[in-house]
Parts: sequence; structure tokens; C-alpha cells
Amino acid sequence: MKPRNKRIIFVVLALVMVGAASALISKAMKGNLAYLHTPEEVLTGKVPKGSTFRLGGLVKEGSFKRSETELEARFVVTDNRGNEITVVTNKILPDLFKEGKSQVSRGKMGDDGLFYADEVLAKHDSEYMPAELKDVLDKEHMRAPANVDGSEIKAMTGQKS
Amino acid sequence: MYPLNMKINWFKYSAPMNFYPLAGKLIPIFWLLAIALIGLGLYWGFFKTADILNDQKQYYRIIYVHVASAWMAMWLYAVMVAWAMIGLIFNTRLSFMMASATAVTGTVMTVIALVTGAIWGKTSWGTWWDWDPKLTTFLILLFIYIGYIALQSAIDDTRRSDKASALLALVGLAIVPVIYYAVNCPDPNECASLHQESSLKRVESNILIGMLVTTLGFWMYSFATILMRARNIILERERNTSWVSKLEEVNR
Repeated sequence: MKPRNKRIIFVVLALVMVGAASALISKAMKGNLAYLHTPEEVLTGKVPKGSTFRLGGLVKEGSFKRSETELEARFVVTDNRGNEITVVTNKILPDLFKEGKSQVSRGKMGDDGLFYADEVLAKHDSEYMPAELKDVLDKEHMRAPANVDGSEIKAMTGQKS
Repeated sequence: MYPLNMKINWFKYSAPMNFYPLAGKLIPIFWLLAIALIGLGLYWGFFKTADILNDQKQYYRIIYVHVASAWMAMWLYAVMVAWAMIGLIFNTRLSFMMASATAVTGTVMTVIALVTGAIWGKTSWGTWWDWDPKLTTFLILLFIYIGYIALQSAIDDTRRSDKASALLALVGLAIVPVIYYAVNCPDPNECASLHQESSLKRVESNILIGMLVTTLGFWMYSFATILMRARNIILERERNTSWVSKLEEVNR
């Protein structure tokens, strides 16, 4: 066998192995355990007691309450499948923190069944739609189409072209 | 230059002696394209798009630099590995030189993506950094780039350093698909990350234009800087050859 062919086989084999490694890492990282726990996992006791972890989920609509005397705020994190955990925090909440939106908070479960968070982060999704356009679409009970033509947006938002 | 009916011998340019002047001619073209495209992309992104999005305010506009640099960081890694593999198989000097020239621009792109991401993260998520899968794997990409450059400069014998670093680059390729696919899950309840899904499906078309044109501009910038660096590497490695000693810029 020519040395060059040997080298080609070596490189192809290496590539196959790298591909396999990559697939395995990706698969391992799909599991939620890598980064955060859902309310369901916490309620079914899959999270060790007293450990610090990240709790991910949506902020339940109408659940946000701020204390009148202290800095403390409370809200309910839900997975929209009936699993809910109340979060207590006295930290500054990020700009994007909103009811109905995703959040990730880090802290511990207290003995009283409340989650005491040291840090609350807001997630944002991969949607980049002008606010006015979204309102129009929502009013018409339409989902935003996958690719909206630029001229329509300009017409709706009154933007100069 | 060449009559149209004449075949161009591409292998001619795998010799550093012939590649050097060709790269010199291409560099100004890529610089011009880079400036024009980045200028157009950023202009479009800043003046032709909405100020306020559904959930984000003006600061979302860092997306044009962030996405372009992140894409280029991953793409340049693939390009670097391709050059390294060609070098390993065919033992061509120029491929290794191109691989190491690509590594530095790739590192710069990775740093830009991480820094703009941190700024964006502070304003939108509420934190500069978090050990989220996407952020962590991207940091690993930076370390692999730095490791590649370090390994290359740690071994004095260029033939050995080229081969060793090419192998490292090949193994490190495993991280690129992980960055891209690992955190992409459509259900926000299940998404085990802080970073959003990487999807262009719900991006308004003017924002998309800004992103894509800027990315193209970053790509042209990468071509220009990689070719410039490759020319320097050629001069350094071939300094004892007669064609280099005859170059005008060397004899000045």
C-alpha cells in the first residue's frame, strides 16, 4: 500500500472517531441534568436535598408578587404541566424577566418547600420580531410566518424605506 | 493573464513560491469586500430594522457582530481542520501554513463572540457568564484554538510541529457539532440551557439581512487576514530559498 493511501485511511478513521465522540457528547448533553432541573424533577425527588442547583421553567402568569416592606419577590415557576415551585429571591431581576417567559434561577430548596434563589436569570428565545408586528399578528390570531416579507413589515410598522 | 480556453493549473498554487504573489494580489480585494460588506450589514442592521423587538430592546443589535463572529469562529475551525487534513495526507507545506494562519483569525473570532455574548448576556439574561452548555463548549473551542497555536510554537522543528498540531486540530473538531447541536431543543420547558436555540426560523427578514451580510463581511475579513498571515509564514519558513531572497520587499 502506498504511504499516501495509508495516511488517507488514518485521517478518515480519525474523522469517524471524532464524529462518534461528538455524537456521544451531544447525546450526553441533551439530558437536563447537565445544566438545570425542571420543577417536575424537583417535586419527584430527583434532586438531592440541600444541594444548590438551577431551576428552569416559565414564570407563571399572575404569580409575581413583591413584598411591600422588603426587597423580597416571589413568583411561581411552572412547566405548564402542573408542576409548580414557588421561588423567593431578594436579588435584582433582569430586564427580560416577565410573567409567562422562561427563567433560570440558582439556589436551594428550603425545608418549607420554597426555592430560595441567589440569582435569577431571564431567558430569551430565538424570536426576532419587531414588537408592533407581533401585536398585529397576535390580534389576527395568526402565528408569525417563518419568513415575513420586509415590505409588509415596513407597511405595518410605518418604517421609512 | 490566462486566455479563456487555457486550463488553469491549480496545483501550481500549492507551491509557496507561486502562492505568495497570488495572495498578495487577492488581499486588497478581500479587504475592500470586507469593508463594504461589514459597512452595509451594520448599516442595514442599525438603520433598517425595528428599535424594539417583541421582548428585547435596542441592545439586541449586538446580534449582528455576535452571530457573525460565532459562525466564523466555528466555520474557520472546520477550514483549519480541512487544511490540516490535506497537509497530513499530501504532505504539502502550504496546507500546514494555511492551517496555522487560519488558527489566529479563528481565535480572534472566538474572542469577539465570547465578549459580545457576555455584554449581551449581562443586559438580557442578567449575567456576564454562566456555565451553560453552549457557553462552556464555546469556551472550550477557544482553549483548543489556543492549544493549537501553543503546540505549534512549542516545537521548533516545523515538520513535527505541523503534524502534531494538525492531529490536535483534528481531535478538537469533535467540539464544533456539540456547540451547534447540543443545546438546540425546541421545547422551552426542556431546554437545558440559558442560551437560546440557534434558529433563523423566527427572525424578521431585515434583521436576517443585517446578520447574513455582516457574516459575509467577516468572512472576507478572514480571507484577507489569513492570506496576510500566510504570506508572513511563507517568508519566515522559506527565508533561505533563492526566490525569497530575490523578492523586492525583502531587498528593500
